[in-house]
Amino acid sequence: MAARGCDRLSVLLPTYNERDNLPLVVWLLVRTFRDSGIDFEIIIIDDGSPDGTQEVAQQLEKIYGSDKIVMREMISVLFSPGTAYIHGMKHATGNFIVIMDADLSHHVRLYFIKQKEGNFDIVSGTRYKGNGGVYGWDLKRKLISRGANFLTQVLLRPGASDLTGSFRLYRKEVLQKLMEKCVSKGYVFQMEMIVRARQLGYTIGEVPISFVDRVYGESKLGGNEIVSFLKGLLTLFATT
Amino acid sequence: MTKLGQWLCGLALLGSAWAALALAPPGLQPPAPLRQALLPLPIYLLVAFGCYSLATVGYRLATFNDCEEAAAELQEHIKAARADLRRRGLRF
Repeated sequence: MAARGCDRLSVLLPTYNERDNLPLVVWLLVRTFRDSGIDFEIIIIDDGSPDGTQEVAQQLEKIYGSDKIVMREMISVLFSPGTAYIHGMKHATGNFIVIMDADLSHHVRLYFIKQKEGNFDIVSGTRYKGNGGVYGWDLKRKLISRGANFLTQVLLRPGASDLTGSFRLYRKEVLQKLMEKCVSKGYVFQMEMIVRARQLGYTIGEVPISFVDRVYGESKLGGNEIVSFLKGLLTLFATT
Repeated sequence: MTKLGQWLCGLALLGSAWAALALAPPGLQPPAPLRQALLPLPIYLLVAFGCYSLATVGYRLATFNDCEEAAAELQEHIKAARADLRRRGLRF
């Protein structure tokens, strides 16, 4: 069992066209880690972005040092977070892995505290409990979010209040085991991870997070997203 | 067992119990008032569940937090980040 002093956190940041967000996210992460004294590394896995994301990532690597920021390129036919994580984990040297969107970061320290509190295998961010919440969402989007979450709770009884939130911290071995077992694509994959984790008996802690919508850019929530969410949900319902 | 499997088992169990008592196949003769009460039970339960769903989602929608301070704080951080990164030589 690693002593507290030996813990290292690897942050996996899959990116596609995040040239504007990436420097900000990295800066916030570095500051959070340095302020709280947690040993860390940030692994940027870029999927061949045409907007210069890799160039920015390389600059960041120079600024902060290659032991802290690492950029790996991965070309895939369809950008899938799952493939990015597999790829990223190969290079991760930490014993804890944080997976997040390249949008928001200042809750990483809270995660770590929560993990230590309960010695959890997984810590998941939730927008729906405690003082978690969102910013800039209209009524329609909130309704869809709550409705979808309600459906998910009824059908899957996952034991976690937020399955599609974008923040997770995993023990490295736990993440590796789950990656082997999960087969979904896209963000349904995130949901499947929690459901499978529950089945395998892993402990899941929750931390309220403030989900401030994309630093730059718009988040899409159209008919297509809803349909694919329902398809994914029903697939999980029938297979897990 | 999958969740779907659990649901199907549960529904089969309850369904057969309901059919046995409410539909009165020959050989089983529960009293008439009981049968009358049981017959519409599935519909009642469905409606009750519908009401519960609406109430729950409505309540959760109404209590969905808005994080004003977090957003403002993030904007501050972004400003600081851009200034600091520019100082360190990042070309945006």
